[in-house]
Amino acid sequence: MSPDFLIALTMLTNFALVATSRINKAIQLAVVQGVLLGLVPLAMGLGRHVHILVVALAAVAVKGWLIPYLMRRAARQLQIRREVDPYIGFTVSLMLCAAGTGLSLLVAHSLPLKPGTPYPLLVPAALATLFTGFLILVSRRKALTQVVGYLVLENGIYLFGLLLVEEMPVLVETGILLDLFVGVFVMGIVINHIRVAFDSVDTRHLAELKD
Amino acid sequence: MILYLLAVLLAFTSGIPGLWLRRRGGEAAAVLMGLAALLGIVAALRVLLGGASWVVGLPALPMSATGGLAFDAIAAWFAIPVFLLSAGGALYAVGYWDERHGNVRLLRVVFGLAAGSLALLVAAAHVLTFILAWEGMAVSAFVLVMAEDRQPETRRAGWIYLISTHTGTLCLIAAFSLLMPFTGHGRLDLLPAGFASSSRGTLTFVLFLLAFGLKAGIMPLHFWLPPAHAAAPSHVSALMSGVLIKMGILGLIRLVSWVPDPPPWWGGLFLGLGALSGLLGVAFALGQHDLKRLLAYHSIENIGIILLGLGLGTLGKAAGHPVMMALGFGGALLHVLNHSLFKGLLFLSAGAVVRATGGRNMDRMGGLGRAMPWTSGAFLVGAWAIVGLPPLNGFISEWMIYLGAFRGFTLFRWPWTAGVVTALALIGALALACFAKAFGAVFLGEPRTPTAARALEAPLSLRVPMAVLALACAFIGLAPVLIAPALGRAVAVLGPGTAQTDLARLAHLSSLTAWATPMLLLAGLLWAWARPGKAPRDRPTWDCGYARPGARMQYTASSFAQGLVGGLRWILWPKVHGGRVQGLFPAGAQYGSHVPDPVLDRFADPLLRLVARGAALLRILQGGQLSVYLLYVLLTLLTLLIWMVA
Repeated sequence: MSPDFLIALTMLTNFALVATSRINKAIQLAVVQGVLLGLVPLAMGLGRHVHILVVALAAVAVKGWLIPYLMRRAARQLQIRREVDPYIGFTVSLMLCAAGTGLSLLVAHSLPLKPGTPYPLLVPAALATLFTGFLILVSRRKALTQVVGYLVLENGIYLFGLLLVEEMPVLVETGILLDLFVGVFVMGIVINHIRVAFDSVDTRHLAELKD
Repeated sequence: MILYLLAVLLAFTSGIPGLWLRRRGGEAAAVLMGLAALLGIVAALRVLLGGASWVVGLPALPMSATGGLAFDAIAAWFAIPVFLLSAGGALYAVGYWDERHGNVRLLRVVFGLAAGSLALLVAAAHVLTFILAWEGMAVSAFVLVMAEDRQPETRRAGWIYLISTHTGTLCLIAAFSLLMPFTGHGRLDLLPAGFASSSRGTLTFVLFLLAFGLKAGIMPLHFWLPPAHAAAPSHVSALMSGVLIKMGILGLIRLVSWVPDPPPWWGGLFLGLGALSGLLGVAFALGQHDLKRLLAYHSIENIGIILLGLGLGTLGKAAGHPVMMALGFGGALLHVLNHSLFKGLLFLSAGAVVRATGGRNMDRMGGLGRAMPWTSGAFLVGAWAIVGLPPLNGFISEWMIYLGAFRGFTLFRWPWTAGVVTALALIGALALACFAKAFGAVFLGEPRTPTAARALEAPLSLRVPMAVLALACAFIGLAPVLIAPALGRAVAVLGPGTAQTDLARLAHLSSLTAWATPMLLLAGLLWAWARPGKAPRDRPTWDCGYARPGARMQYTASSFAQGLVGGLRWILWPKVHGGRVQGLFPAGAQYGSHVPDPVLDRFADPLLRLVARGAALLRILQGGQLSVYLLYVLLTLLTLLIWMVA
């Protein structure tokens, strides 16, 4: 499989993510995206570097198994299935995502980056995924969907990191993975506390904490 | 090298065993800190007595190649007071800050962190290690100041300190980033010639001066210092005043050592700021009623004296004159050491007084000299040293700065060095008046309140650190010639070409040493001869004809200083309430006076109130919705992206 194909699939999952309202499906799509991205460095033929191999496998394991496991458990315990009534509707989100992807394709070539990447889709896909993650974070109400947004954002950063993967020290990569894990972990705790305090996981209630 | 690193490690971890020990955690911390001090001082003395200085790289960081720590003679010179006061403070805390206070364990751990950061900071030779140690010191000191956070006054002092130290760090980071292209991978070392005179060099200098001036408490950046020193526990005040604020001076000294050709106006600015800090510091000290605030203003004064020496040395370096460099830098460095000894001693004895009487107001003390002979003796030694009277150590360093100023006047006809002499003389006279007031009000006379009458002498764990510091003051004062070689090595790092000058001969230290002990003996004999030995000691002094004199009729600290405070009214602007007596046979009247800080109370407070009112408008942006906050981030990122591309 060529890396460009995987990257194109990633961009498609972005669209599916902003359009879905079922939480289980959103988690599933985030898993698919994470695993796809975990495979990209292998498809690039970087499997010969041991540290890249290890980090890619760790990424697949964390994003494909550990995080969805934690999130599904939370969803089960909280008894929520759907994201209803988001701040920005699904149709509008889809259009915004399309606009964001278009913008990233437009600006990616004018960015002052290292010239000569063999994968023309890498930078635009990274920017589009970042944008999608932010969109989900901004537009959804339920804390769980916001965690999905955080995951997508993280995927975008990972994709961007692939641009420098051969120069990037292993410390940075493991740092990213750790950051992701801690992020999800903390969000899990926060979700639980919101539920205990407000008997719901709607982040709207957090506005009551305003100074 | 191993010795010093081991000492730093011991200092860092000194409070940890106390977390688990049910009792005697303070003793454990004191033993560990004492061991650290022993190792650290031995390592420092080895370098100061001619051993080789060393460099150590930090593993696992990108700077391992260039070295993160460099232990030269200046680092060794500053390491001695760091370890001495840390160990003294840890021992002092055993008796002073015992288990009655709930946060005793936290305080011990953080005291160790502060001491370790200070010990690292003196040797920091890389931008990263410098900033790390600097922040470690600043933040742990914040926790220490906040020890009694139940009191609103302490919380206010702590926040003021935190804001000012972070402002300083901001300036420091800005200055280091300006310096970055001229250092090899962030290593702090000799800068290229000509840098100091460039406009970039000037900007860097101003930023460094702001950062280090805030830490050192140079007027008018001193405003955090009096409230923080007054609010902190006394062993913390001793560490802060003795060592922590000296790190600002260390920064300035390092800056002068990195620059091969400082422009003369740097030295002139140091002299001006030094005279300002010295004179205003002692003037405001005169107006204080709070014993620890008074000592804090004296720290500002002494920072001024150190700056005068530093300024003379910098002028000498600008002119390439080794004698000026030796006397100026030598006086400044020696005063750094001396001030940490006697100011540490004064704060520790003030702490013993506070512990015995439960308050800091001098007008509620009095007559403590009879109940607390050790403490009053220690305070007297500290006061004697700080006003610069022979035969104690304060005299030696001020003597060197005087000599430097005279030398500058005779050699170069620099008019401002005459100003230095005038300023030093004025500072010394006012400091003498101020300590006559403090010692008299606290230790002499009759107790003014029942609590003062019931005061007891401090326990042994408080008296031992005081005795050690007092002996150190006496040692430097009586035998200055012995420390001259070590001082010469530290000065040689600062000023190239001073290695040939003999500091001991320049400052006549050997004759001072030879004369000090006989003169002291002679003075003792005279005192013993002139002492009214026959008069009964339990009789009151003449009571001006009053039938029933009471303890409240004695001179208070305020009334003693009234003449000087009134004369300096145009600087101090004291606030007076009440005090008017009307009619014949007047009823009871009240009188109160206090001297507000010129920067904090008269300038910064109103200004910040205005800023806070303006900042309330920004509340609109704080909607309380997480999504909206994230939207701000997204919009910022998008704007930046488009701006970068377009």
